[in-house]
Formats: sequence, structure tokens, C-alpha cells
Amino acid sequence: MTRYTSATDADRSEMLQAIGVGSIDELFAEIPAGLRLNRPLALDPGRSEQEVFEELKALAAKSTSAEDEISFLGAGMYDHYVPALIDSIILRSEFLTPYTPYQPEISQGGLQAMFEYQTAISELTGLPVSNASVYEGPSAVGAAAYVAKLTNGRKRFVISRGVHPHSRECVRTLAHAWDVEVVEAPLNDGATEIPHLGDDVSAVIVQQPNFLGAVEDLTAIAGAAREAGALSIAACDPLPLALLKTPGEAGVDIAVGEGQSLGNRLDFGGPSFGFFAATEALMRRMPGRIAGETKDVDGKRGFVLTLQTREQHIRREKATSNICTAQALNALAGVIYLSWLGRRGIVELVELMLRRTAYARERLQDIDGVTQIHDHPVVREFAVELDAPVQRVIARCQEQGINPGYALGRDYPEYANGLLVAITERRTRADIDRLADVLGAAVAAEREAAGAKATA
Amino acid sequence: MIAQADDTLTIYQRSKAGRRAFVAPDTDVPERPLDDLLPPEARRAAPPRLPEVAEPEIVRHYNRLSKRNFDLDTGFYPLGSCTMKHNPKLHERVAGLPGHARMHPLQDPRYAQGALELMWRLQDALGEIAGLPHVSLQPSAGSQGELAGVLLTRALHEDRGEHRTKVLTPDTAHGTNPATVTMAGYEVVKVVSDANGNVDLDDLRAKADEDVACLMLTNPSTLGLFETGIEEIERIVHGVGATLYYDGANLNAIMGISRPGDMGFDIVHFNLHKSFTQPHGGGGPGAGPVAVSDRIEPYLPRPQVVRRESTTNGKEPFYDLDYDRPKSIGRLRGFQGNYGVFVRSYAYIRSLGGPGLKEASETAVLNANYLLAKLREAGVAQYLPAAYDRLCMHEFVLSGEPMRRELKIKTLDMAKRLLDHGVHPPTVYFPLIVEEALMVEPTETETKETLDRFAEIVADILREAREDPEVARAAPYTTPVRRLDEAGAARHPVVRQAMTQD
Repeated sequence: MTRYTSATDADRSEMLQAIGVGSIDELFAEIPAGLRLNRPLALDPGRSEQEVFEELKALAAKSTSAEDEISFLGAGMYDHYVPALIDSIILRSEFLTPYTPYQPEISQGGLQAMFEYQTAISELTGLPVSNASVYEGPSAVGAAAYVAKLTNGRKRFVISRGVHPHSRECVRTLAHAWDVEVVEAPLNDGATEIPHLGDDVSAVIVQQPNFLGAVEDLTAIAGAAREAGALSIAACDPLPLALLKTPGEAGVDIAVGEGQSLGNRLDFGGPSFGFFAATEALMRRMPGRIAGETKDVDGKRGFVLTLQTREQHIRREKATSNICTAQALNALAGVIYLSWLGRRGIVELVELMLRRTAYARERLQDIDGVTQIHDHPVVREFAVELDAPVQRVIARCQEQGINPGYALGRDYPEYANGLLVAITERRTRADIDRLADVLGAAVAAEREAAGAKATA
Repeated sequence: MIAQADDTLTIYQRSKAGRRAFVAPDTDVPERPLDDLLPPEARRAAPPRLPEVAEPEIVRHYNRLSKRNFDLDTGFYPLGSCTMKHNPKLHERVAGLPGHARMHPLQDPRYAQGALELMWRLQDALGEIAGLPHVSLQPSAGSQGELAGVLLTRALHEDRGEHRTKVLTPDTAHGTNPATVTMAGYEVVKVVSDANGNVDLDDLRAKADEDVACLMLTNPSTLGLFETGIEEIERIVHGVGATLYYDGANLNAIMGISRPGDMGFDIVHFNLHKSFTQPHGGGGPGAGPVAVSDRIEPYLPRPQVVRRESTTNGKEPFYDLDYDRPKSIGRLRGFQGNYGVFVRSYAYIRSLGGPGLKEASETAVLNANYLLAKLREAGVAQYLPAAYDRLCMHEFVLSGEPMRRELKIKTLDMAKRLLDHGVHPPTVYFPLIVEEALMVEPTETETKETLDRFAEIVADILREAREDPEVARAAPYTTPVRRLDEAGAARHPVVRQAMTQD
């Protein structure tokens, strides 16, 4: 008997008798003999809880996490402080273990949390309708593109080169199946340059701040899209939205984004959540669950999943998306986090990041062999170009316990030695000073090595 | 408890200007004016109206909300097709270790060997369970796994220079199947079921032609029945050059007993939040890895976790991310997938091992058949007969049509009355081909006593309905709210808290 099952031998024989069969095997009699696996699975035998714990702990010890080095890695996921109250709430079994709230009478807690989450996302984005979460950031961009396809059926997406490379790749993966062309809008000095938009453009997709950290002019981009009869989609980093002009104020139709930085841990890339907010006009084309307020038969306030006629379990092939399981628990962490920050706190936090990032940008710029890729305003991330092989510089820094950031070269050959540096509130001035020292030394060492090679 | 009347106030309605839970760390860098860093024209007019609440009230608020949820750790949750099995507590502990939880997804593979090794081992185990050699862990949930599967199918056909336009789905399929087909740019063609609840082979033969890219099949089906004609289905589908896709929603019935790969499936998706114990979280997160055959492998999403054997004797192998996949369909999401889910599912597989997984499936099927027998024994079958008189697999479907006709209560009423008994109702009104359907999946982690009790409760509700159907029709009575006006909610959607402040 496994430790998660309870059928004793006595139970089993009683149960088989009630069923009217002689053995467990007979229960599987309908499976054709040739399709039975007549050997044990080639997996190691089960182990005790303690042994499994030790094994998973040993695996964890083989990696270097943000606990083990001073990390300036960002590029879509960020090492923010996650307050203790989040675990204490989301580990409650009442939030952790139920299914999607199909029975609203016994799911009011989860449904109300979704409603509160939607409210917070509406506040951040300045858009009136938020769903209850999608999977994560880059696929949310793809989901938004699908809404554009459903809305106008046009055959071209214009996507800024400043959009996260993973998001761009998600859109391409899907657009191929829809026979929609994807055209990239170039970056000019680090910010998106919107090309002339023809009447075949379905959506214009940008990121705020963009992948290189630059704050984009969403108003101009949304305006250009509107003029061409296209939808505008902004993939937004949610925390900077505490200060930045909102997608709603800028006239954007759909705002999506990666929610990890809102109270979710890094988890090597997931699970986190994606947020999805839009104008009223697009409400009935949105993907995913939406919680709505209503009343019960006694007139008491309650919450339900609403507008379900958009969804796959009702509309099947006519659904606005295939999404079913999304990221309810991660979105709950998100709304708890936003409540913890509060109206003033979120501004204080982002202003702190803004100032520390400005400090770091200046410190790094002062290093010989480090130049800024652009001089647009940034919030918590910026891009520099090194006059040395970036991978070797990173390797040198990591040996010193500093992870200086993300190498841009794989995604941006034009910035072959580019480095993207993220400054969360966990990186203090002392950490930044240490980064400047270690990075400066590494760049100098690499330049010296290259110089020595050249003379030899 | 005090403040019962406040139960439905939202966190925004508990806000008062001046309160706070967050205190910012010291500003240890020069306090430059905001305008120098972010010009006013780039800034929003006013801060977001997030609540202003101190920590004690946030904790109480969400604790109070939690008490308005029913959950798996509290009681029986036989929600068909959702596999509400126990979520082992060990898993939260191991997933929370900093070496897993604080791993940045873009960490250099040299510094991420533990995470990549875990992913590689999980791929290996899932491949063995599916009977297919190649696994991508990337998809975020079952529906994204389905999308991956249909896009993989498209890539295969395109690579062969074929243009196919249709995908077949049985009339018993989950809604995600046809929705996925549309999203993947194909036309849905529905295949009907026969009198025994199997795919109607004649209908399949008639619809399977050279335009068909794929058949998406759930086996056991959503009726909880094994597709006994699977070998013939495989011949028909492959005979026209289409792929055979396995929806893994019901894999919990056959782990270690029969493998989709051995049945001839080309592509399988797993729901790690069903068979592999990731907690459902009230609607996610999950994960939907796919396993595929050799001929599909070149198209798998990028990047792929690989193990590179060392050329130096005795040196450890190196785990890496392989981006060099020219035929790949590309990405479906960012980074490498829901790693935190992988940690939990890997821990589960290590805890049970091969024999334990098999025992889990055997017990799931035993529990389902036993519960079906108990319901018959309790006199329930007269009103709630099994939709098909066969041995079931890990779940079964009852029809509430006789109950509706004779006792004047609908399946919905039965479901709502179950709430008053502290039981989560089965899945209702699905599959669509069964009238007044109730789909019951007890899972292997329930005791015989729980199953006995459930059969008694259902029998009691029917007895009660014989005397007074109005009791069930107006249920529930004991829940935090009673039946809700869903139509009204959809007619006049209120999807966010109205704010009094600006």
C-alpha cells in the first residue's frame, strides 16, 4: 500500500466482491491484451518521505540561486522580496487544494479573491476589465494577439523589437498557425519606431518598459494603431505601472504582462501568472475566467464565474480561447502582495527602485569599457554594452559571487556584448557598489587579456 | 464570530487612508527629484487605488475568505475528470527550498545543474509512463499541452509538404479539445459515439480522410470507459496519414498498466495537476508536458532540456538547454515551464516509484467501480443509472434523467443538495451526450468508508426528494451563500470593486 492510499487487503477483497469480480486485473479486462504493459515501469522503486526530501534537497544544493549570489538577473523575472504573509495565506488548504470554482456556493473565498485581483489589475493598468489570470507573461502576449485576430481578422501583427524575445517567439508560433504575418518594428536608439501601418495590420504590440529597460511612448503607439484601425497591445511590467502613464490613459486596447514580480517567487521560471486587461469593448472576447458580482436567492452579495459563454467548456470550438486551468493561486499571491504594498507603498517601492537603478546606471557608466545602450528613462532595468566578451565577463563576476545580469547577444546580435541589469529593492547600494567593482575588474581583465593577445 | 455581516466586504472596502502594511527599506542612494528620473509626461495622473490596510487586517481578510471555500483537505471531492487526489504535504516543503524557489530562470546552465537535472529526470519518467521517448515540459497546463500537440501535428504535415485542414474530436471530448483545434487554425469535425460509449468506428472511417491532420482522443474517455476499439482507431487514423493525439486528462486510470505510446499515440499531454498531485490552487497553476514519438521530436518547443554525456571518463554528465532546434514550433510560453510544479510531480513519482504509480491507478479504478456498485446496492441506480453498463475505469458517468422525470429534481439540484452534506458534487452536465450527466471520480486516495458514506448520502437525497422534491430544488441551505444569480451577473457584468475614493 502506498502512503497516499488506504485500501487494505481486507478492503480490497470486500470491494472486489461488491463489484462482482475476482481480482484487480479483471477490472482492466477491457484493455486489449496486446496493449497491457506486462512489466513494471522502468522507474526506481518508491522511497520514504524522508529520503525523497533529502534527494530534492540535494538537487536544490546543486544549483546557485538568488540566495547564493548577488544577482542582477531580470529580463522578465525579478528577485523581489516576497512578504511572509503571502505563504501563510496561500498555503492554507482552502486556497491551495480546491479546483476551479465551478460550485460558487462553496467557493466564495476564491471567487471574491479573483474579483479583488481583477480590481487591482484594473487599477494598475487603467483598463476597466481584467480577467482572473492567464498562464504567464509571454503566452499572454500571444493570447492578446488572438483577441486581435478574433476582433478584426487582419493578416499582420506589428511587434516591436523591444518586446521580450520569448513573447515575440510565442506570437510567431501562434501566428504561423493563423496564417498571419509577423513584422518587427525596429528599435531606434532603444525605443520603438513605429513604421507606417497599413489597413492590413491587426495589432501593434509593444512592451512597457521595453526589453532594454526603456520607457516607451505608449500614447503615440496606441494612437498610430488606432488610426490604422488596428488594436494596440502593451505587455507591461506591473510594478513600474505604479508610476508610469497607464495603458488606459495612453489609449491602449489590451494590457497584458508577467505577474511574477507581484509576490511570486522565481521558481526557475514558473508557476507565476499572466495578467490580461482590456477595454469594455473587448470584454466578451477575452480569454479565461472572469469573476463577477451578483446576489444569491436571499439577496446576499456573492461572486460567480461570469461571461462563461466565451469559454471552452460552454462554447467548445467557438470559444475565445482554449484556456481552462490558469494560475489562480499565483494571482491570489499577486493581489495579497498588492494589498500589502497598498496605494502609497507601491509608489514608495517603485520610487526606491527608480533611484537605485539610476544610481547603478551611473556607477556602471563610469566604468571604463561600459557604455549605455540608450539614455531613455528606465525604472528597474537598463542595458549597457561592454567593450569585452560579455559571457567571459559574466563568468568572471559569477566566480566572485556576483551575477551581473543577462547577456543580450543571443536575442540581440546587434548588441553582441550587451548586458541587461536589473535592480530590485533587494539590491542595496552596497550590492550595487560591489557590482560596479567586480564588473569593472572583470571588464578590465578581459580587455587586458585581449590586449595581451593582440600584442603577442 | 463577530462581524458576520462584513463577510463580503472586499479588501478595498476595508481600506482607510493612512494605514499601511509595507514599510520601504531605507533609501541608501541619492534622493534625486522624481522629475529628473521620470518626466511628468511619462507618469500616471494618480496612484493606483490599492487598499490601505495594515498586516493584521490583510491576514484576517484572507483567512475569512479562505473559510468560505470548500477544499480537498476538508472533504470528499469526486469531481469527474479533475482527479482530485491528495496533495502530499512534502511537496510544498521541497518546492519551497531556496535552491528551487529562488532559482532565476535565466541562470547559466552551469549554475543550474540541479534544476535542469530534475527536469531531465522528470522528462525521463514521464516518457516511460507514456511509452513515448521524447518529452517537453514547457506547456503551462493541459490546454496549452493540447495546443502544443496540434501545432506539432501541423509542423509534421507541413514538413512533409501536406496541407491538412481538419481535426477530429469525439462528441465526448473535453471542451478544450475543439477550442484548441480552432486556436491552432484547424476546422473541428465531430465523431459520434456508439451505443456502448466507444468512438463509432463507422463514423470515424467515414470522416477520416486525407484532409484530416489528427484525431484527439481521451482514453479512457470522459465517460470513464476504455476505448476498446483503440487498435482499429489507430489503424484508421494512421491509415490516412493523420496523427493520434492522447489527451492525458484520464491518465490516472492506466499508469503502469497500459501506455498511450504502446496504443499507437504519437503525442500525449499530461496534466501534472491531475495524475501527478500538483495542488489545483482554485484554478491553477498546473503544467501540461507533452511526450512524443521519434517522428514528432524534431518539432518540440524550444528550448529542450538535454543531458550531454561527458567525454572525460568518470565525469558527471552536463544538463543543458538546447536552443538549436531548427524545426521547432518555437515557444508556447516564457522560460522553461512551471518548474515549481515539476518539483512536486517529481517528488510524487520518486515517492511512489513504478509499483506505487501502478497501485495508484489500480486503486483509482477499484474505488470507482466499488462506488458504482455501492450506488447500485443503495437503490440509487433506479434514478441515477450508469450511462453505460460496463466496467468503468477511474471514473463513471451517471444519468440523472430518470431522477428528473420521476422525482422532479434535476442533476443540478442533486449537486446543490450534496453541498449541504459537506461533499463536493461530481462534475455535472458533462459529457454532453449523457442527459443530466453526473461524472464521478473518487480517486485512489479516498477510503472505502468515504465511498460508503457518499453512496448513503446520495441515497438519502433521493429518499428526501421522493417525499419533497422542493428541498433539493431550493438547496443549498448551509453554505456561505445560496444559489446565485448567474444570468444576472452575465447580463450586467460587475467585474471590479467600485471605488469611493479617487
